[in-house]
Amino acid sequence: MSILINKDTRVLCQGITGKVGQFHTKGCLEYGTKMVGGVTPGKGGETVLGLPVFDTVSEAVEKTGANATMIFVPPAFTADAILEAVDAGIKTVIAITEGVPVLDMVRVYEIVRNSQSVLVGPNCPGVITPEECKIGIMPGYIHKQGPIGVMSRSGTLTYEAVWQLSNLGLGQSTCVGLGGDPIVGTSFIDLFRMYEADPATEAILMMGEIGGTAEEEAAAFVKDHVTKPVAAFIAGRAAPPGKRMGHAGAIISGGKGTAAEKVAALKAAGIEVAESPADMGAAMQRAMAKKRR
Amino acid sequence: MKIHEFQAKEILRKAGVPVPKGIVARKPEEAAAAFRELGGKLAVVKAQIHAGGRGKGTIKSNSAQHGVQLVKSAEEASKVAAALLGQPLVTIQTGPEGQTVRQVLVEEGCDIARELYLGIVVDRAAAGPVLMVSAQGGMNIEDVAAETPELIFRERFHPDAGLLSYQARKLAAKLGLKGASVASAEKFMKRLCRVFVQLDCSLAEINPLVVTGAGDLIALDAKMTFDDNALFRHKDLAELRDLAEEEPAEVRAANAGLSYVKLDGNIGCLVNGAGLAMSTMDLILLHGGSPANFLDVGGGANVDQVTEAFRILLSDKNVKAVLVNIFGGIMRCTTIATAVMEAYKTVGFNVPLVVRLEGTEVEEGRKILAGGGLDIISATGLTDAAQKVVKAASAA
Repeated sequence: MSILINKDTRVLCQGITGKVGQFHTKGCLEYGTKMVGGVTPGKGGETVLGLPVFDTVSEAVEKTGANATMIFVPPAFTADAILEAVDAGIKTVIAITEGVPVLDMVRVYEIVRNSQSVLVGPNCPGVITPEECKIGIMPGYIHKQGPIGVMSRSGTLTYEAVWQLSNLGLGQSTCVGLGGDPIVGTSFIDLFRMYEADPATEAILMMGEIGGTAEEEAAAFVKDHVTKPVAAFIAGRAAPPGKRMGHAGAIISGGKGTAAEKVAALKAAGIEVAESPADMGAAMQRAMAKKRR
Repeated sequence: MKIHEFQAKEILRKAGVPVPKGIVARKPEEAAAAFRELGGKLAVVKAQIHAGGRGKGTIKSNSAQHGVQLVKSAEEASKVAAALLGQPLVTIQTGPEGQTVRQVLVEEGCDIARELYLGIVVDRAAAGPVLMVSAQGGMNIEDVAAETPELIFRERFHPDAGLLSYQARKLAAKLGLKGASVASAEKFMKRLCRVFVQLDCSLAEINPLVVTGAGDLIALDAKMTFDDNALFRHKDLAELRDLAEEEPAEVRAANAGLSYVKLDGNIGCLVNGAGLAMSTMDLILLHGGSPANFLDVGGGANVDQVTEAFRILLSDKNVKAVLVNIFGGIMRCTTIATAVMEAYKTVGFNVPLVVRLEGTEVEEGRKILAGGGLDIISATGLTDAAQKVVKAASAA
């Protein structure tokens, strides 16, 4: 099984005619993802990598039966692209773009949450269900199919974690990059709910970072609603307050959003917290061993 | 992006939000002229830096001089300006070195009956902008939030609908405002919410928001910061940026497409990806070392960027060792290894360099580093990398 995407998912690329969109569409095709077309307004009728390009998402859905989209549209137009996909009935919208204005996301968030679609991102590496479907920029080869559900606010830190898990023989059911922005389409809680309900997921690994209270809220949810073993790592213990650490959402402000607070909340919920980023895979093993006893 | 108080007040004035009359001065004689032009019996001279706590803060070499001072004559305005201009002002937000004052705002005095707090942020949990008010004005709002959170009242609003009238009245009532002040407050709040959205702010804070003896509301201080991601659609705002208030290395890094934050330690870091970069800092700390910076070289990391990154790292005199930690996904380890070698040669390292590579083409990447004849220390895992670089830094 898996969550969000699988071998049957039919994927569009919005922004396919751009350099980055095309490059990553190629990567997904090579992984075995069912890429079925692309959308770039004004370029309808063209072909990229053997895939048909459409002017609108609506037409693309009609002609290809697409039910997911990977968005590589520039930040000024990303909100519009997301809303177009939702309007066209795309179930899974994955926005890779970094640099989307926060107030644009405020407007989009409300609409998406009231729709039948799921938005992942923006500013995320994407989603991968190993050996079935990759929608995003992650290196496919480090992933193995298996029982661990992975969720993370970061890109390369996720690859480190997946690498550790795969080397320990712990494959992944699905890996979801939430994105580094302050307002993103899918939360840790949303994903805990999905992984808890997924028969193929036996345990869950979560990577968070400074800024906001998403991890604290997730910890409270896990305590009451998640029975599967959970391990976590929080990046940014060394981060000073008030400074944005790369990600738009990674900032300790007003004393809130520190790594220490997050770690404390996670531990209080019975979650195994890795002290070091080198320890994430091992923390997952410990959490699973504890649950077995 | 941050701006000065005087710039925020100009924006508010144009948006119809009441602010005191004020004139910027960059020389003592300009401060005297400003006092005369304002025409009042008194005025306030306020240091302009991108940091709060200026009233309590003092000049580094002259602890009797605060960052904000009431003056009663043009001569006094000139004297205070002279004591502030060109001097580092140390506040609870600047760090012990303080920040040099390059301009002062000379502002008309205000009849203060009450001091309130008013602020707008984009709240993540609410997934939207929230207006917060409190009767505890003129204080550190974080202390109020920590000790007496029940004294802060909040209303979330939709960016396009704006703050609704009943919301403004609700908050006015919580603040104990009566009579004409309620209408004044409603206008103030709505206009501030509107300008917050129009200009894509991250923060708009009025502390204190003054209620005058006559019951009018006026912004005695104003702090506005803007969403960096939205600056592309506010070219006029981007012009307000004061590079002199920013850390030079951070400005240089941003110009090179690097994400860099200077810290206090002695181990320089170069990493791909913000989460991994933060984790690398944490890793160093965990192993007894002290990171000198955060640096995310991003998904590209070509020779030029890595060279510039090394230059920036090494321009920090505190740096005693450097750690390059790369997980190559789309980016190949061979690419980064070649870039590191080229940069190493160009820049000329005088401190130990530890490189940890993992991911695509890692074996070939490691071969390139080993075969180059350069004194680069190769590490095989995160723990190994941290131990090696901490050891190298303490041996220096």
